[in-house]
Amino acid sequence: MEKVTQQEIEQAVSKASREVFETMLNLPLEVDPSVMRTTIEPQSFHGVVALVGVAGSWTGTGHISCSPEFAQRLAGALLMAEYDSVNDDVLDAVAEVANIIVGNVKTFFEEKLGPLGLMVPTVIYGRNYQTRSSGVKDWVLVRLRSGEETMDVHFCLIPSRVHHMAHRPECTRA
Amino acid sequence: MALDVLIVDDSAAIRKILHRVLVQADVMLGKVHEAGDGSEALEKLKTEKVGLILSDINMPNMDGIEFLTRLKADDAFKNVPILMVTTEGSQAKVMQALELGAAGYVKKPFTADQIKEKLMGLV
Repeated sequence: MEKVTQQEIEQAVSKASREVFETMLNLPLEVDPSVMRTTIEPQSFHGVVALVGVAGSWTGTGHISCSPEFAQRLAGALLMAEYDSVNDDVLDAVAEVANIIVGNVKTFFEEKLGPLGLMVPTVIYGRNYQTRSSGVKDWVLVRLRSGEETMDVHFCLIPSRVHHMAHRPECTRA
Repeated sequence: MALDVLIVDDSAAIRKILHRVLVQADVMLGKVHEAGDGSEALEKLKTEKVGLILSDINMPNMDGIEFLTRLKADDAFKNVPILMVTTEGSQAKVMQALELGAAGYVKKPFTADQIKEKLMGLV
C-alpha cells in the first residue's frame, strides 16, 4: 500500500494555502517553518474552526482554525466587505477557504492514492471548545502567518479501514 | 439583449463572489439567479430562462455532474453554456464534465480575471 509522508502533507497544505491567499484573498502569507509537526490533537480553542472530510481508499480530515478577528479579515478579503463580528458571511467565508485548501490537497493526493471524495464543510464558532476526530492519532500541523495573525491547518490522512478490509485476500470471493 | 445567469454553488460566499464578478464583467447583464445545488437549480429553471450557467461540481443533494447530465438531456436547456467553477481538480472529473457538454472549466481558487476571460469566450 502507498504511504503518505508528513512532508508530502506539509507541502500539499502549504501550496494549496498559498494559492488561496494569493489568488482569492490577496493577503500576505508565510508558512511558519518552526511549526510544521505532528501533534496528537488540535488543542482546545476559542475562535472559528472549519472541518472538511476526505473519503475514499484513504480517509482524512482538514481542520482549519483561526481567531474571530482573523476570520473577519478573511471574510472581508474574500467578499470585499468589512465585518466587525462573526456572522453568517464570515462563517461561510471560512468554510469556503477551508473547502478550497482541503480540496486542493485532495487533488494533490489523488494522483498517488486514486479518486477521493470531498465532504461538505462544517464550521464552528465558540469559546473554549475541543474537536475530536475518531480514530485519528497523527495530525500534521501547518501554521500560516498573515501579518500579525495566524491560522492553523491540521491535516490527517490514513488508509480507509473499509477499503483496506475489502481488499484483504480473505475478504474476496473465490 | 441582456444576459440572465444562474449561479449554482452550495457556498453562499462563492455565489456572492461570482455575482460580483458578473457585475464587473463587460457583459450586458440581466437577472442573476442563485441555487445551492443541482436540484434547486433545476427547480429555478422551470420558471426562469437563462443564457449562461456557472456551476460547482461537489454539492450536496445533486452534484454538478448529475445536474449537467440532466440539462444536456433536456432539449430546452441543452444549448445553454455551462461553465464549471469548482474545487474538483481530478482530471477524470474534469474530462467527464467536458465530455458531458460543459462549455469550460475554472478551478478554485480563481481570480476575477480568469472568470471574466472565460465569460468573454462564451457570450
